[in-house]
Amino acid sequence: MANLTINGKTISVDVEDDTPLLWAIRENVGLTGTKYGCGIAQCGACTVHIDGVAMRSCGVLVSEAAGKQITTIEGLAANGVLHKVQQAWIANDVPQCGYCQSGMIMAVAALLKEKPKPTDADIDEAISNICRCGTFQQVRESIHAAANA
Amino acid sequence: MNQHIMPKLNRRTFVIGTAAAGAGLALGLDIPFGGPTVVRAADGSPEVNAWVVIRPDDTVVIRIARSEMGQGTLTGLAQLVAEELECDWSKVTTEFPTPGQSVARKRAWGDFSTGGSRGIRTSQEYVRKGGATARVMLIQAAANDWKVPASECTAANSVITHTPSGKTTTYGKVVEAAAKLEPPADVKLKDPKDWKIAGKGLKRLDTPDKTTGKTIYGIDIKLPGMLNAAIKDCPVFGGKLKSYDEAKVAGMKGVKKVVRVNDHAVAVVADTWWHAKTALEALPIVWDEGDNAKVSSETIAKWLAEGLDNAQPAFIGNQNGDAKAAIASAARKVEAVYNYPYQNHATMEPLNATALYTADKCEVWCGTQNGEAAFAATLEVSGLPADKCEVHKQMLGGGFGRRGQTDYVRQAVSIAKQMPGTPIKLLWSREEDMQHGMYHPITQCKLTGAFDADNNLTALHLRLSGQSILFSLRPEALVNGMDPAAFQGLGASGEAAIGYSVPNLLVEHAMRNPHVPPGFWRGVNVNHNAIYLECFMDELAHSVGQDALEFRRKLMSTHPKHLAVLNAVAEKIGWDKPAPQGVYRGIAQHMGYGSYVAGAAEISVTDGTKIKVHRIIAATDPGYAVNPAQIERQIAGSFVYGLSGLFYGGCTVKDGRIEQSNFDNYNSMRINEMPKVESIVMPSGGFWGGVGEPTICVAGPAVLNAYFAATGKRIRSVPLRNQNITFA
Repeated sequence: MANLTINGKTISVDVEDDTPLLWAIRENVGLTGTKYGCGIAQCGACTVHIDGVAMRSCGVLVSEAAGKQITTIEGLAANGVLHKVQQAWIANDVPQCGYCQSGMIMAVAALLKEKPKPTDADIDEAISNICRCGTFQQVRESIHAAANA
Repeated sequence: MNQHIMPKLNRRTFVIGTAAAGAGLALGLDIPFGGPTVVRAADGSPEVNAWVVIRPDDTVVIRIARSEMGQGTLTGLAQLVAEELECDWSKVTTEFPTPGQSVARKRAWGDFSTGGSRGIRTSQEYVRKGGATARVMLIQAAANDWKVPASECTAANSVITHTPSGKTTTYGKVVEAAAKLEPPADVKLKDPKDWKIAGKGLKRLDTPDKTTGKTIYGIDIKLPGMLNAAIKDCPVFGGKLKSYDEAKVAGMKGVKKVVRVNDHAVAVVADTWWHAKTALEALPIVWDEGDNAKVSSETIAKWLAEGLDNAQPAFIGNQNGDAKAAIASAARKVEAVYNYPYQNHATMEPLNATALYTADKCEVWCGTQNGEAAFAATLEVSGLPADKCEVHKQMLGGGFGRRGQTDYVRQAVSIAKQMPGTPIKLLWSREEDMQHGMYHPITQCKLTGAFDADNNLTALHLRLSGQSILFSLRPEALVNGMDPAAFQGLGASGEAAIGYSVPNLLVEHAMRNPHVPPGFWRGVNVNHNAIYLECFMDELAHSVGQDALEFRRKLMSTHPKHLAVLNAVAEKIGWDKPAPQGVYRGIAQHMGYGSYVAGAAEISVTDGTKIKVHRIIAATDPGYAVNPAQIERQIAGSFVYGLSGLFYGGCTVKDGRIEQSNFDNYNSMRINEMPKVESIVMPSGGFWGGVGEPTICVAGPAVLNAYFAATGKRIRSVPLRNQNITFA
């Protein structure tokens, strides 16, 4: 049993302490916007914010996340207004299959919080999510667009 | 959508060979364009025909039979229907008809198969007719209401206008009447030069939900009472499941059941997938690995290398003159051997399917590139007839050819059948996905070129040795044992024709099929064929001291469309001007899926091993461009997939099984490695080529040729990581 605070709501979740946060979010809480891609923190499809920091939730145990502020893609919009990263993504038609994009958007949102005007080098260093469709060109353009929004 | 739909009168019948052949369905194609029997969607709104439903509020629902896996076909097909329908694009929404409904209506929506870059090009005509026919009927309904000739009425933006009187109405107001009309016997389609919706880089219809986590992929399906399954197939392809010790995991948290799936896999069913996977890893399993356990990459390579010997039997895919004789009598010849490895699709969404089996019904929810094949698989494994089965297609988290197969659907139905009444979601772990792929086939190629004393190329001989996809997946498509697709991009004519005229040409394939299951991997056979041919053309040019572009041009005078795309990339990269200091260029062209493609790369190399790809120019002539903005995305995206395979890919075999297990040992390009891609979309009209795949094949040879320009070293073996070459 763990108390998880997700998108501002504290939820009591009946899972073992060593359950990866990803699966607690998807299966126990029922928020499926956070995706499973590899389970070994390689691809970033499961990226969420934990106390404002982008983390790969497949590699975080429920016990480590308990008591912290967890934000998933479903909680990124504030007061019904999409986050500027989401807006830039829509304006530039970034997603193709879209499966990796929840994690990509969460990683970018965290980057912009830390570095509001990232350079290309900053992007290269911070964004290591895998996208097999190959949306990187639009991702990069849209990070700059969101930074300048 | 309505589950109880009346079959309707068919005004036009097209009978084609089904793409679901080999999947258990043998059906013709009846494409109805409306009729007196009104068919209604689930919300009661009438169909004007199978493609178009209009609601009273003027919302236009366009039915999309092909799958959406990121390639943008959903939006492109909607644009084509909307173009002819003359509807308000801002009111367009889409839905996927189900394969079960289509079969019940004599394949009302035609082919569901979404592969081979065919999504738009092979359905464009009948979906445009669907839109045009609906427009004519809507106009006729308004004209009837006004008691005026239809010829005095026009339609635009979902509004019908009676020109003489200025009276107007909307599609939503006349749709009930329109749905009852006889469809016109014939409709004239617009000339693409008059397109207003098609041909434009409109925004995708599926983007907003993909930015908020709302889009439902197969992996996200939730059903009441649903349980989750994790599966392990025999690690050695062709091996069998001997036994497992269920007692060892029966008491683990959440575990409900352990089930045998066909004769070579076992699945654990639990309350959550995490519990199922945890128990599966703890389950003692005994496999009968069989003789294939002796196979390794080394034994496969040796067997393929033997096939390069001219004395061995081979199929001839293209031939003119007498290449062997010309080579024997040549003033000089050049020879090289290349190879290309197995590749895993590694769709971001691991394979999964959800099935619910009861005594009288079997339903499946999954992402599939071939709804009808998934439907046929459901029938076959459930043992139930077509009217008791259904497949609900979901968005795909990537396909790239992998989801055209139905192995994962069969497994899900098999498990569900052993637990009647309980919905079962089967999800493969990434490790299972890596090790039970349908891999890009493995090949080698020996190439020989011959020159006369004046350095004219007199002969070219390509001898492929390796695996055939069709042999394994569509044996009925073999031609006297030959796999025609093996010659993709090397053929004499057709949708994948070679772009060079050589006086003596011979292209052969010594088919050798190892036990590793092959599959259609984005681009399929052009991936290796373009590397073989285009890198070797570079070798030939260099051997006679000629410029790589000029050397090609001399052989392309009778291939104007191939030449046009090549010239376009050469011009844009500035081939006739020196590259920046320390930057080197390579060029390549090819044809596949009916489209002409070319690429030019600029790279720099550090220490001979670190490649920075600065820029790739790509050109494509797909005949018609339905959504140029999406085509540009497909080009850039195809390079990420193709270059990932070139640099990081390659699945190796040891003890009969695939060694790679996850993205830590089967890596994929990241954003810092992505070159700037500049696309030239140059549709010349008069034919319909594909978009999703063709360009993938030119990035590899363009980069490899640039690497030679930079280092003087030829790379003839993929992946580059085996030679310690990586992205800078």
